[in-house]
Amino acid sequence: MCTYQTTTLTIEGSGKGAEGWFRLTDATVYFDHPVHAPAAHTLNIDLLNPARGAGARVAVELDAGAALALAHAIIETLERVPEELKATPAP
Amino acid sequence: MTSDAMRAETVTIDGNEGDAIEAYLAQPLAGDPIGGVVVIHHLPGYDEATKEITRKFAAHGYLALCPNLYSREAPGASPDDAAATARAQGGVSDAQLVGDVAGAAAFLRSHASSNGKVATIGYCSGGRQSFLAACSLDLDAAVDCYGAFVVGTPPEGFPLSVGPIVHLTPDLSCPLLGLFGAEDQYPSPEQVDELEQALQAADKEFEFHTFEGAGHAFFAVNRPSYRPEAANEGWERIWEFFGRHLAG
Repeated sequence: MCTYQTTTLTIEGSGKGAEGWFRLTDATVYFDHPVHAPAAHTLNIDLLNPARGAGARVAVELDAGAALALAHAIIETLERVPEELKATPAP
Repeated sequence: MTSDAMRAETVTIDGNEGDAIEAYLAQPLAGDPIGGVVVIHHLPGYDEATKEITRKFAAHGYLALCPNLYSREAPGASPDDAAATARAQGGVSDAQLVGDVAGAAAFLRSHASSNGKVATIGYCSGGRQSFLAACSLDLDAAVDCYGAFVVGTPPEGFPLSVGPIVHLTPDLSCPLLGLFGAEDQYPSPEQVDELEQALQAADKEFEFHTFEGAGHAFFAVNRPSYRPEAANEGWERIWEFFGRHLAG
C-alpha cells in the first residue's frame, strides 16, 4: 500500500551525492515503497538541497528495524557528546 | 501477416495551461486507426516500469502516452529524484493533473493513427487521478488500479495535496473499470464498496474486480507486491474493457 506518511524538516549540514559534496538544507522522511530496496515498504530518508535541483539528494531506503536501530544509534551517540561540542559553530 | 512493429520515444506535449511537458509515446506502426490510452504513472514517478507498461499497450494495438507529471518540478532529473522532489512539495495538484491529462488526450486524438477514442489508466496514486480525469474530461473509458483516496479522508498530517473525490461521481464521463486487491488498505475493500455504491447511485456504467490474495500494487512486476494471478487476470479484464470501449 501507499502509506503517504511523510515528515519534512529543514536541516544544516553536508551530504555526498552523485556529483560530490554539497550543502544540505532539507530532509524528507517517509514510509513507503522503495525504489531499490527489495521490500514492499521501507523507511526512506532524502537529504536535499532543493535550490541545487532534484539531483542534489542523498537517499537511503531502510527496513523498519534498521531505521529504528539507526535512529537509536544517532540519539545515543549525541547523548554521549558534551553539550558544548553540540553548539552550532560560528560561520 | 500483420506487422507487430512498434515505436517508442520521448515527446513533448502541451500540458496544463499550455506548459511544455515531457511524455513517453508508444505506438504500433501498422494497421487501422486505433484507440489511445493515457497512462498515469504512480507516485514513484515516470519510471522504467511505467514506460514498460506504456509499451505493453502499444504491443496490444493501442496508441499509448505517459505524461511525466513531474516535468515542471524536476526537469531532466532521474525519475526517483523527480519523485522525491514532487513528494517533498506535496505532490501535483488535482487541477494540474487534469490539465496534463487533457493535453495528453488531445495529443492522442490529433495523432495520425487515432480513431478519436481515448481512455485513461492509472496505478496507485494514478488510479485516483484516472478517476479524477474521467470526472473532469470527456473520455471514452477509464481504469482505476487500486487508487487510494477516491473515497476516504487522508490521515492527519497527510503531505499530498489530495482529498476524497467520490463526490465527483455524477460527473463521470465514461465507463469505469476498477481493479483492486482484497488485502489492500489504501483503498480498503470498504472504500471500494463505498465507491461502488456511489457509482450505482449515479447510474454509471462500471465493473469492479477485487482479487483475493493480492494487496496494493499487484501489477508491479518489479516489486514484492507483484501477484501474477491477479495481474494476469487484471490484464485480461483491461483488454476486454478497452476492446469494447476503444474500438473504432
